[in-house]
Amino acid sequence: MSASSVDEKLASAEFIKGLWRENPVFIAVLGLCPALAVTNSLQNALVMGAASTFVLCGSSLLVSLMRKVIPKPVRISVYIIIIATFVTIVDFVLGALMPAAQKQLGAFIALIVVNCLILGRQEAFASKNGPWLALADAAGMSLGFTLAMAMIGGIREILGNGALLGIPLFGPNFEPWVIMVLPPGGFLTLGALLAFFAYLKTFRKGAR
Amino acid sequence: MSVKEPGSFRLIATLALAGLISGLALAGVYLWARPLIEANEAAALRRAILELLPGTTEIVALTPRGERLVSFDETDPESKDLPRIYLGRNAEGKALGFAIPAEGPGFMDTIGVIYGYEPEKKVIVGMIVLESRETPGLGDRIAFDPHFLENFRALAVEPEIVSVKKGEKKNPNEVDSITGATISSKAVVSILNKGTARWRDLLDGEIEIAEESP
Repeated sequence: MSASSVDEKLASAEFIKGLWRENPVFIAVLGLCPALAVTNSLQNALVMGAASTFVLCGSSLLVSLMRKVIPKPVRISVYIIIIATFVTIVDFVLGALMPAAQKQLGAFIALIVVNCLILGRQEAFASKNGPWLALADAAGMSLGFTLAMAMIGGIREILGNGALLGIPLFGPNFEPWVIMVLPPGGFLTLGALLAFFAYLKTFRKGAR
Repeated sequence: MSVKEPGSFRLIATLALAGLISGLALAGVYLWARPLIEANEAAALRRAILELLPGTTEIVALTPRGERLVSFDETDPESKDLPRIYLGRNAEGKALGFAIPAEGPGFMDTIGVIYGYEPEKKVIVGMIVLESRETPGLGDRIAFDPHFLENFRALAVEPEIVSVKKGEKKNPNEVDSITGATISSKAVVSILNKGTARWRDLLDGEIEIAEESP
């Protein structure tokens, strides 16, 4: 087996783990601020997911490439500079191309800087692995994060607005469950999903 | 066992370099994004004016000169930073009212609003939040809470606008606050009062509109 195919296998493993086994929201319970705050609709969840994906992939790649030249005592500061740069770029690009979405997400775009998921991946993974693996890890984690947020956002929009992506689903007689699009709805949905996945995990362990 | 510590010069140099590269990258993106963001803001402003003054077909930008309001000259590069308000006119050329941008400190950051104003009746006829970074779920409701926005559909500016607890609005110059967002509600009221005080005399005075030659 050639070295490159071993690399590829490793990379795909790093990619897959973010989707479920180490899913940032449901398993690691990281990045909860955006996962609760902007998931009142599927669209917001997806835009937030895309923005976080860009920031995480860009930062992980850069941190991994520069992992040997960044002196240890200032590494966190450098990570923050890198992450903040990508976040500001996202903010500008959204403001230029999708002003309505940027307005909807408001301060939460800027708050990606302090998303512990992103800084966490730099410190735990990108600073210790090559660029290819770091990118695979970042892509998997971002996709897992986006999927988790899309799940929460979809559930909340359906129950709280009777719509999905702004398209009404149930006709005019549907009485929306308004609390689901308000902040408490985020906690209720996340709690229910966490309980559901924890149940699945124990159930599968018991069966083994 | 000893680990060689990098010298402080190297630490400072690394951080300075990272900051420099970051700054250059952001400046580049900003140069590309700025015209697009400005165009979006201009479109949003136009939409807001049309919503505040329904029936408007022509928007005239005005700026103060001395004691009077005069037409805003877009072609003059020096006028770029002058304060502006907007007069909406319908197809017959009748003035429908003014749209007045105003801003002031909110709970988190500056709140920017634009409000519709009818000088003869001395009432505010609508308010739209253009910019706010208020707390999501609480303060940011100043932008879309229907009950709160209802306050501004016919709000007397004399005597001074005051905010009252939700449900206690009795007089035409009172604003029902949003429960849990008292500071943001009061900020909007104070922005409107400041805007009124600033433009009242100018709006009561003479207005000089340069008619476009056909």
